[in-house]
Amino acid sequence: MAQHYRPGRSLLIFTVGIIGLLVWAFLPGERHTPKLGLDLRGGTQVIMSPSVAAGETLSQDQLNQTVSIIRQRVDGFGVAESEVTIQGTGNGAKIIVTIPGETSRTVVDQLKTTAQLNFRPVLAIDYGSPQPTASATPSASSSASPGASASASASPSASPSPSPSPTVSVAPELLVPPIQSPDGAGDFANRFSALDCAKSDILKGSTDDPAQYLISCEKDGSVKYALAPADLVGTDIESATAGLPQQGAGGWQIDLQMTTDGAKKFADSTTKLSALETPNDQFAIVLDGVVISAPSVNEPILGGSAVISGSFTADEARALAQVLKYGALPVALDVDEVQQISPTLGNDQLKAGLIAGGFGLLLVIVYLLLYYRALGVIAVVSLVAAAVMTYLVFVILGRGIGFTLTLSGVAGAIVAIGITADSFIIYFERIRDEIREGKRLRAAVDQGWTRARRTILAADFVSLLSAAILYYLSVGSVRGFAFTLGLITFVDIAVAFMFTRSLVTKLGNSKWMNAGSSWTGVSPTRLGVKASTSEVN
Amino acid sequence: MASLSQLGNSLYRGDVSYNIVGRRKAWYLVSAILIILSIATLGIRSLNLGIEFKGGAEFSVPLATANDQSVTQARERVIAAGETPSTVTIVGGNKIRIQTPALSTEASNALSAALATSFAVEEANIKVQLVGPSWGDEVTKNALRALLVFLVLVAIFLSVYFEWPMAVAALIALAHDVLITVGIYALSGFEVTPASVIGFLTILGYSLYDTVVVFDKVKENTKGIHGGSRTTYSEAANLALNQTLVRSINTSIVALLPVLSILVVGVSLLGVGTLNDLALALFVGMLVGTYSSIFVATPFLCQIKERTAENIALAKRVHARRKNGDASEDIKPVVSIGAPIVSSAGPRQQQVKKPRSRRSGK
Repeated sequence: MAQHYRPGRSLLIFTVGIIGLLVWAFLPGERHTPKLGLDLRGGTQVIMSPSVAAGETLSQDQLNQTVSIIRQRVDGFGVAESEVTIQGTGNGAKIIVTIPGETSRTVVDQLKTTAQLNFRPVLAIDYGSPQPTASATPSASSSASPGASASASASPSASPSPSPSPTVSVAPELLVPPIQSPDGAGDFANRFSALDCAKSDILKGSTDDPAQYLISCEKDGSVKYALAPADLVGTDIESATAGLPQQGAGGWQIDLQMTTDGAKKFADSTTKLSALETPNDQFAIVLDGVVISAPSVNEPILGGSAVISGSFTADEARALAQVLKYGALPVALDVDEVQQISPTLGNDQLKAGLIAGGFGLLLVIVYLLLYYRALGVIAVVSLVAAAVMTYLVFVILGRGIGFTLTLSGVAGAIVAIGITADSFIIYFERIRDEIREGKRLRAAVDQGWTRARRTILAADFVSLLSAAILYYLSVGSVRGFAFTLGLITFVDIAVAFMFTRSLVTKLGNSKWMNAGSSWTGVSPTRLGVKASTSEVN
Repeated sequence: MASLSQLGNSLYRGDVSYNIVGRRKAWYLVSAILIILSIATLGIRSLNLGIEFKGGAEFSVPLATANDQSVTQARERVIAAGETPSTVTIVGGNKIRIQTPALSTEASNALSAALATSFAVEEANIKVQLVGPSWGDEVTKNALRALLVFLVLVAIFLSVYFEWPMAVAALIALAHDVLITVGIYALSGFEVTPASVIGFLTILGYSLYDTVVVFDKVKENTKGIHGGSRTTYSEAANLALNQTLVRSINTSIVALLPVLSILVVGVSLLGVGTLNDLALALFVGMLVGTYSSIFVATPFLCQIKERTAENIALAKRVHARRKNGDASEDIKPVVSIGAPIVSSAGPRQQQVKKPRSRRSGK
């Protein structure tokens, strides 16, 4: 130290810094607690990766598009603070979805659905059983009840169904989904009549080539359709929103907005369909080969915006709108890991983490006080300062960069208690070494710091290095741990350099400490130095 | 506490000196036995990998009290649902944990609903975890890659900050720690989860952290010894070890206390889980890590260093000087004696101490 060290100044800077953090963390109108991860408050976490065939590569564009669709779907669940993050690039990318709180168990299915959405003109409808089962239809589609219809003018579309056709014998392999035909000719009609929705796998969904004819069933298996090649596909839809009509009459409806290209296709299609007889004036909304809804068209829709109305409940309307809007993912997703934790368990884990941390801190404090006495008090105050600083940084980072504190993060923080305390131990042991050498306290404090500083920095560097590598090369919980560990190493350096050292220097200047009572922790007699060598003053 | 403080004084001055470096063969033997045992154990019984590595589904059902009957009930329930329970265990006395091979999300939803009905708990309170079969490979791959990058960077850092023999010695101590910790996991059958992997990786950092602190003192003590003929490299390093012994003990206690508290609180409040997996790996690893930074890293370092021409010459000069009976130097022949050497039976103050010459220049 070429310049004389002024402990008061760094103490002042440190205090100002802490006050600054305090003010920042407790800004009015903001959240004042760290953002908790789902393992501490319950929720669902899903980690997915794109499923790409060998030799293929996923472009960044496709990946971004997938993520944005997933993000929209997640936002569609309406749970506040849901998150979609992406780690890695290309084929190795991971999409991590976090939905806090209690969520439905079907969330995962809805997330990974790689729905292919097609709008197909209806060729034939078969209601199967004598009476259409409208009440059982979750999608409240066109089938029998007040039919869904495109455009504002709603009119029932249910029509006398063709009588059940006589059983036709068709080779079984022709009825394995997707039941498609390039031209609708040949045994297409036979396959249509032979299909039994209740017994077929068709409702499990399948790939649906929009350029081919398709035989499929309504979602609940009640109605059977023969469908023409698609006029419109999912990407032609700009937006779809569920809402109640302006006039307040009728049930929920879905407002559709097409893209420019889609509007043109939709205009052509509706012009063609509206001129036809029932059921050929209907178009089926087909998701992954399963018919979701089949509204009828009464008039050409030219503007590119349409309304699908019918006897929808709010949930059904929202679900349909979501399918329409975010239908197609550019790539299939594999689910790597799903974790669902109830809020009760999350709360228990948080409590356990806090108790473990508090108890661990207490043990360390007792040990430091017993061993280092007055110096121990400084160590304890420094540990508390580090704890406060860490908490404040958690709060601020939670708001700023969305840092979430997870259980492994809490574990990282508890482990870091040891590393932080070690910086003080290194420093104190060095001071005691210097006193054993016969130095007076003030000189020992100075020399001890110069020597300890180097060791603390080298050791903390290794700690930071491992935290940084863990952070960059890992996924999920490991990251939370690494981040916390790295963060606290920084806090440790700040506290040791600005706070602990100043306090020790201040204390080292005090009369009481220099008097060498055995309670100081640096008593020369206790450190085995002859009285005569140390007390020359 | 006071006695540790006194020991610290004696260790610092060299009144009491544990000849750690000189007895390296004994430590190597201990470590070699442990490592061979670890490798043998790994060969016989592999690690008990958690479902995060094998892939599969795990359901954790909270109950008022879980007993053998609830285990049977859960097992039957799972079989009734058409799935195969691979393990059903009681966790913490109030939870049942059911693991099955990989399930589809539909099957898992159905099973979790069935379990909820069977045990009359709310479905939302059942913790569900599904892991795809390739996930574990990925976690392992990432961990190995992290390990490799870490080792390379640390080797570079240690070579620059210290010198290459120290980097080699530190990395050998590190490999020693990881091998033994993994061996203990294999032997005890503790489940290896991503949390334990975090623990392993942290041990790496911790083990090195500890070694860096000791080596820093070794570096300080061996600075400039080649100019004189008072101590050999090994003696200087051994003094450094003894001088940092109290710090090592204190640091280990302070680091282990919070980890121990996680273990105790975790087990009593949560049963198994992230906290325990992590704490267990850390607890084992930190103990081994402290041992290795004292008993493996430094002795090994001395072994490398004593082979350099510079140090061979130094050792010759030191021995020659001692033979000539240069009593005024008052150097304790540390290398030849094993147990703690207490040099003076009388009061410490009566001992004639020479000022330590290695610091006189500062």
